[in-house]
Amino acid sequence: MQTQSLSDPAPLLQVDQLEIWRGEHRLVHDLSFFARPGDIIHLKGPNGSGKTSLLRCLAGLSLPDAGTIHWFGQPYANRVGPEARARCRFVGHLDGLKAGLDVRENLRSLQALNGATGNIDGALAAAGLSSRATVLAQHLSAGQRRRAALARLHLGSADAWLLDEPFTALDVEAVAQVGTWIADQVIAGGIVILTTHQALPAHLKAQEINLGGNA
Amino acid sequence: MNRGMNHTRESGPDLATAAIALLHRDLTLAWRRIGDAMNPLLFFAMVALVFPLAVTPEPEFLQKLAPGILWVAALLASLIGLSALFAPDFQDGTLEQQVLSPLPLSFIALIRVIGHWLSTGLPLVVLTPVIALLLGFPAQSLPALLLLLLLGTLFFSLLGAIGAALTVSLRSSGLLLPVLILPLAVPVLIFGARGSQMAMAGEWPAGPVYMLGFLLLLAASLGPLAMAGALRISLD
Repeated sequence: MQTQSLSDPAPLLQVDQLEIWRGEHRLVHDLSFFARPGDIIHLKGPNGSGKTSLLRCLAGLSLPDAGTIHWFGQPYANRVGPEARARCRFVGHLDGLKAGLDVRENLRSLQALNGATGNIDGALAAAGLSSRATVLAQHLSAGQRRRAALARLHLGSADAWLLDEPFTALDVEAVAQVGTWIADQVIAGGIVILTTHQALPAHLKAQEINLGGNA
Repeated sequence: MNRGMNHTRESGPDLATAAIALLHRDLTLAWRRIGDAMNPLLFFAMVALVFPLAVTPEPEFLQKLAPGILWVAALLASLIGLSALFAPDFQDGTLEQQVLSPLPLSFIALIRVIGHWLSTGLPLVVLTPVIALLLGFPAQSLPALLLLLLLGTLFFSLLGAIGAALTVSLRSSGLLLPVLILPLAVPVLIFGARGSQMAMAGEWPAGPVYMLGFLLLLAASLGPLAMAGALRISLD
């Protein structure tokens, strides 16, 4: 736990007795955990164990079948409220880029949606895409698309990052880069919740949550 | 890393800025795929112009049919582009980002429908004078006709968007969408065609204009809420 977070021990995210079903399968059962400022939470488990479902549930894209989720001290019954949504960034399996827009245009429309103030050139530079700013997303490689998707983490700041397999298709250098972003995010007092089958960069101290497979 | 992290709460996004950015995004995409965007327009023109060839080009006869032809063509043309409204965003993940935005989803949906109408409905209204004159509408009936079609195509876009939102996650929504939408579009079809008949006869179609205006307000106020609910369910 880092410097400024000690003065504020209140968890940013608290999950109590969460239960998630997908069709006939109970993916998550009686799951409780919390995340304080500075925490990295690594969701682990085999394919189909419910990591993505849990992450989508935390983001507010789907509803849990039982249990409660508190974001920033506020419970949410039906959906995550606008204040909480403004403080979270979600990067899912889908990159969320329009193939017919270039990288800069994609980031600009995402920025408008989030009301973020961060500058686009900074985000492009951080993601190593400055020279690709005017290339249509459909002409990017898979790794570049992933970088462009992750670049939106740099459009303004957000307290919580929810990342679903952020390292997919990234080269070694970019994985290290994203590792540094995550480190900076938690040092600044944010939280990061992610799924990945790759080993996290060694300098990141993460709590692991195992979703054991099908119950 | 050149980002400074501060925990001051960012002020919520400005609705006007967001609306302009969304419209800009959708119109840019439409412009870059102008061929796809023109499909409904082309369909509208073809139906309206082929009809007289199949029936009869006699003016007295054509004038009786013209209002009906025009409105049926406009309705069917509106249905054509609908599957392109939410489905591409659903597939590439931009819809997720819209749902997770702090902006109200109903607001985003409304802006997206307006963008869709600007790229499909408005060109249709603009082309109407040419088609209408060819079908035998007198020139002085055009203002009323254009007003009716403006209201009508906006209504078709809003109504169709509810159906598009409901069927966004289905793989083959091709047939379901028109079946869902057509019954609800019938009142507008009836009032629109009747109003156009009145305009052709030289009357000002006050009744149909009010009726279409009322239905449009209803669709514009309740439609976005229905779209937001449907989109959320589709993503779950």
